[in-house]
Parts: sequence; C-alpha cells; structure tokens
Amino acid sequence: MFDARPVDTDYVRHRAAQFRAQVARRLDGSLTEEEFRPLRLMNGVYLQLHAYMLRIAVPYGTISPDQMRMLAHLAENYDKGYGHWTTRQNIQFNWPKLVDIPDMLDHLASVGLHAIQTSGNTIRNTTTDAFAGAAQDEIADPRPYAELIRSWSTDHAEFQFLPRKFKIAISGGARDRALVAAHDIGLRLVQRDGQTGFEVWVGGGLGRTPMLGQVIRDFLPEGDLLPYLESIIATYNLSGRRDNKYKARIKITVSERGLDVFKAEVEDEFSRRRHDFRGADQEALAGFRDRFAPPAFRNAPFDGFEAERKANPAFRSWADTNLHSHRIEGYTSVIVTFKAPGATPGDASAEQMRLLADLAERYGHADLRISHDQNVVLPHVHKSDLPALYLALREAGLATANAGLTSDIIACPGMDYCTLATARSIPIAQEIAEHFRAEGLEEEIGKLNIRISGCINACGHHHLGHIGILGLDRAGVENYQITLGGDGYDIPAIGQRAGAGFPAEEVVPAIDRLLRAYLELREDAGEPFIDAYRRLGPAPFKAALYPETADA
Amino acid sequence: MSKAFTPTTAKPGVITANDLREGHNVWMCDDGWTADPAQATLFEDEAIAELALLKAIGQSDLVVGPYMVEARRGPNGPEPAHFREAFRQTGPSNYYHGIQAAKKTEASHV
Ligand code: HEM
Ligand code: SF4
Repeated sequence: MFDARPVDTDYVRHRAAQFRAQVARRLDGSLTEEEFRPLRLMNGVYLQLHAYMLRIAVPYGTISPDQMRMLAHLAENYDKGYGHWTTRQNIQFNWPKLVDIPDMLDHLASVGLHAIQTSGNTIRNTTTDAFAGAAQDEIADPRPYAELIRSWSTDHAEFQFLPRKFKIAISGGARDRALVAAHDIGLRLVQRDGQTGFEVWVGGGLGRTPMLGQVIRDFLPEGDLLPYLESIIATYNLSGRRDNKYKARIKITVSERGLDVFKAEVEDEFSRRRHDFRGADQEALAGFRDRFAPPAFRNAPFDGFEAERKANPAFRSWADTNLHSHRIEGYTSVIVTFKAPGATPGDASAEQMRLLADLAERYGHADLRISHDQNVVLPHVHKSDLPALYLALREAGLATANAGLTSDIIACPGMDYCTLATARSIPIAQEIAEHFRAEGLEEEIGKLNIRISGCINACGHHHLGHIGILGLDRAGVENYQITLGGDGYDIPAIGQRAGAGFPAEEVVPAIDRLLRAYLELREDAGEPFIDAYRRLGPAPFKAALYPETADA
Repeated sequence: MSKAFTPTTAKPGVITANDLREGHNVWMCDDGWTADPAQATLFEDEAIAELALLKAIGQSDLVVGPYMVEARRGPNGPEPAHFREAFRQTGPSNYYHGIQAAKKTEASHV
C-alpha cells in the first residue's frame, strides 16, 4: 500500500532523535554491541578498518548548494576535512566518532539529508543518471520517479528485512548511464505509442557471482511503476534465499528459478497488488514533477566560449573532455572530476565542496549531481559562463581534463579503509593515473574505463571496467587480478579474467604493456579500447599482459 | 575480519579492537587498552590468551569487536604478521591520518 509520505525534514529529524537515544543507551551500557549494531547500521553507521564510517545518501545524486555546504561543514567539524563519493550516489565519512554522529544526523536533517537505508537489507538509495533533466538524449527526467520510489521505499514496512540489500537504478536517457543491467532492478524510461513507460530489468548485480539483469517487462506503463516494483520485491522477499548471504540476492533467485517462473509469480502478485494503490502514487508523482521543473534557462549568445576555446589550448582540452551535451541550445553539463593525478578517486575536501556549491549558484542554476563514477556534475551551465567557471575550478585543482579517460578511475576504498578488503585499491589507482599522465599517453589512449575493487564485493565495479582490477590476498601478499572487456553502458558486459594475478608493483607495468599493445592494434585513433577488444577478442591483449606465455 | 586465531609460542598474538566512543584502533595491554600497538601484550599461551579474549569481550563498554591476531616479537614490541594489521597500525596509505598521525603526538593510554 502506498502512503505518500514525503521524506521531509520532520521525519528525518525524528529518526535522528531516535538514534541519539540509542547511542546514549549504548554508551551508558543499557544496550550491548549485538543489540546496538543493527540500530547503527539502520542509520548508515559502520565500523571500518580505522574508525566508524557514516554513509549518507544523496537521493538519485541530486544535491543543492546548501546541502553540499552542509557536507563540507561535517567534513570539517566531524571528520578530517574530506568525504568520499561512492558509486551509488552516496557520500561516506571515514573518521567520525560515534559520540558525534547524532549531531551529524541533526545537521543533515536540517537540510533534508539522512543516512536512512544506506545500510541493511533494505531498498537502498535509488540511483540515476547524473545528467538527469539535462541530457540531450533524455526521454524523460527520471528523478520524479526516483523520488516516488524513495518516498515509497523509505521505511516501507514490508521491506525492512529483505534477504539482502536491494538496489534500484533508473535511466532516463536513450543511452543508459545508470547501469541498469547491474542492479537488482533496473528501469529504463522508454516511449511507446506516445506513452511513457519503463523497460524493467531484473536480477543484475556484481559481487561474488556477477550477473547482468534480464528484461522482465519490455513495457510497463508509468502508472504501474510502484505496484510492479512492489510485486517484484515481494516475490523476492518470499522466495529469495536466506540460508547463505552470498546467494541471497535476487540475481540468484532469478537464475535458479528461471526468469519465466519468476515472472509468472511477479505478474500474479501484480494482479493483486495494483488495486491497492488507487492513484495515490500518481498524485504524489504529479507533485514531485513540479519539484523537478527545469530552471529558467536563458537565451544568450555564447560566442565567447568558442573564442576562448580557440585561444586557450588548456581550456579547449578541458571543454572537449569534460562537457556533456545539453538538451537546451547554449547550455552544457560540466563534469568535475575528483581524479586529479595522485588524488584519491572520489575524495572531496570541504573547500572543494564549498567552491562547487558557490559555483553552482553562480553558474549552474543551483543544481549539483554526484555521478556514479565518483565525480560531480554541474548539469546546467550556460556556455558563456564556461571560461570563468573553468578558471575557478582550475584554481581549486578541479579542472583536470580527464572525464572518461584513463585516470578517471573508479576505485573503492579498499584496505586503506574497509574491513572487508583483501587488498588496497587507492594506491593502485593513484599509480595508474600518475603513470599514464606522466607518459603523456592519456589523450592518445582516449576513452577508457578502469575500475578497481579491493575485494570480491565489487564496490568499485571492476567487472564493468573495460579494464577491471580486483585486489586479493595471496598468502599474505597483495595480488591483483585483471579482467578485460567489461562494460556498464552501451553493451552491458561482464569482464573476463585475463589470467594469473599480479603483485602490486607489477600492475602498472602490466597495464602499460596492455595499453601500448592496444595503441598498436587499434584500427585508428577513433577506435576505443573496448571496441578494439571486442573486434580482436582477448588473445592479443592477454599476450601483452603475459608476454612470457604468449607464443607457444 | 581474519579467521579465528589461537596463539602459541611459535606464533604469538595480540588482542585488538576499536574504541567504542571514538572508533580508533586499540590493543589490549597489561593495564587496559592502548592506541600504541607496540605496547600490546603479546600472548604465547593458548589458555591465557583465551581468558584475555573473554575479558576483552566483557569490556564492551570500552571496545567493539575484539579479536586475537598473529603478531611477531619485534625489537620495540609486537609487530603485525599480516599486511592488514600493518595497515591498521600505520593508517591509510593516502593520508597521514589515523593512528600514524596520533602516534606522532602522543603515545596515549586509554
Ligand atoms: C568501506 C565501506 C564499504 C563497505 C563495508 C561495503 C560493503 C559492501 C558489500 C558487503 C557489498 C556486497 C554486497 C552483496 O553484493 O551482497 C558491497 C557492494 C557494493 N558496494 Fe560497497 N562497501 C563499502 C564502500 C563502498 C564504496 C566507497 C562504494 C563506491 C565507491 C561502494 C559501492 C558498492 C557497490 C556499487 C556495490 C554493488 C556491487 C554489485 O553490483 O553487486 N561501496 N559493498
Ligand atoms: S569492494 Fe570490498 S574492499 Fe572495496 S569497499 Fe567494497 S567491500 Fe570494501
């Protein structure tokens, strides 16, 4: 049943107050750690390798300047001056004290942010395209639907104890930038006979058993969204395995039972559940649509942009790499990468957050997005403002012209922060980024996705990297396995293991051999690594990685 | 977390956990818990170690998630036997934060 409760500040304040009382009871000894642990996890509080970690959701990646400033405030006052963007449009703080977390949650509540359902076996933050509402190829803005899903899934009584955590992604573009095939449920907005609806994917996920989702409905009218989602999740809630946490994901349910059997059960459930909604969801959706009304775009000349582009090679290189086509003439979306060579992928300092908040107000219609590749997007920037924006970013070290290139690496925190890790990710990402920049090869190599995870949970999405790197523990030594050919976007694919793993110090040389081989093998400079890999197959690339075993 | 470990004379161990309030890494020492791993008590006797671990588990008003882990006898005190524990003692590799920063300023006792 749908209750259109907005996820408003009163509600999140109330939850923060509840948690404050729970923390007090843990500290005065009335709750044991076993009793407290599920309560802290319900509020996004983990205990990691060095300290507590607080995971805060940025709903569908959309964040206002005031919210961004609040994150900066938390970074400065309760952490060590920075936070970490994740691949699921969250931010993680790595050093808070337990005693401070209730205050942090109060601060977040004051700007409508929270950590509810950022952990636990619940429906997590519904993610979407960072260019939502802006992209030229957009079929419809996915965010009103994402907000509808959020208001329905937040504290949904039936779905607080699912077999395992549950992730939904929704994509509004003709091109999928939300990785729908890699989620428990993926939704792609489509049009059919003038009607808006969804192609519904189910059963994707990475981790120990990586699988791509399958299409369970090729067209779901938009009015049926919530009852259909509810039916899928209710079916999984009943039939999903609970005997083994690695087999508890919906991907296992769907693959063990078969899509047809699963679908029949979902449709049966749907025929019963859809009547319960009685239009409340559609009324709520209409309200959310108003909230996502486009900003007042201006119609102004942008000749200054072209002039600057011609005159300034550094600006041109940045503009050619870090902009994304906007649906309004004269506008563009700007990708600010948190991947300067040597930087920790996705780490943002308080100063950087504040600067972005200011720049979004000055040049970006007060809108900011956290992208799944751990970057920040200013979705609506008029081209005439780009030279000034670029200068301001450059001063803050945020104008690295590398969006989508070799050094724009997704890396999980790995063993530098995470208790589950089997090896580090961050130093490997840093070495790769620095190496290819120093060699001057990055522009020549062109579009390339490198993804690194510090364990099989695959938070860094290594399976979807054109080049994926997985850190392992081999007899007490860090070792890195390379996968090739993964893709999350146009042709979803799971990367294949290339061969034996490499010790840490051999990773960069191995990737160097691999990419130099690609430069030799490609048809021309217009053929990206992934296309060359698909055309030629793995053999020549494996030969470059393992030259000693190449010609037998 | 690492597999359950029982120390012996050949493979001694230390008990480690996180501080309940602050979250930072601590090690069991003769008079409580220390943030300096070199001060940790090194256990070589299975029975004594198990008793100490039980005691640690009983101190849930101070620490979270205590466990026994292999360590070596070093010139200045116990040293980690596995790289995971080494990282817990040196802090993250990307910033001079956590225990490595704390160590510079204080050899604190909890
Ligand atoms: C350090 C704190 C973290 C912990 C303890 C953690 C834990 C986990 C675990 C246990 C899983 C696997 C769950 C399963 O598939 O059953 C997982 C998956 C995932 N994590 Fe994390 N994670 C952490 C940080 C991050 C960060 C920083 C990111 C982004 C950079 C991230 C993104 C993801 C994603 C996208 C998945 C899903 C992979 C899939 O499709 O199955 N996590 N995480
Ligand atoms: S992939 Fe593993 S190491 Fe990396 S953040 Fe996820 S759980 Fe931690």
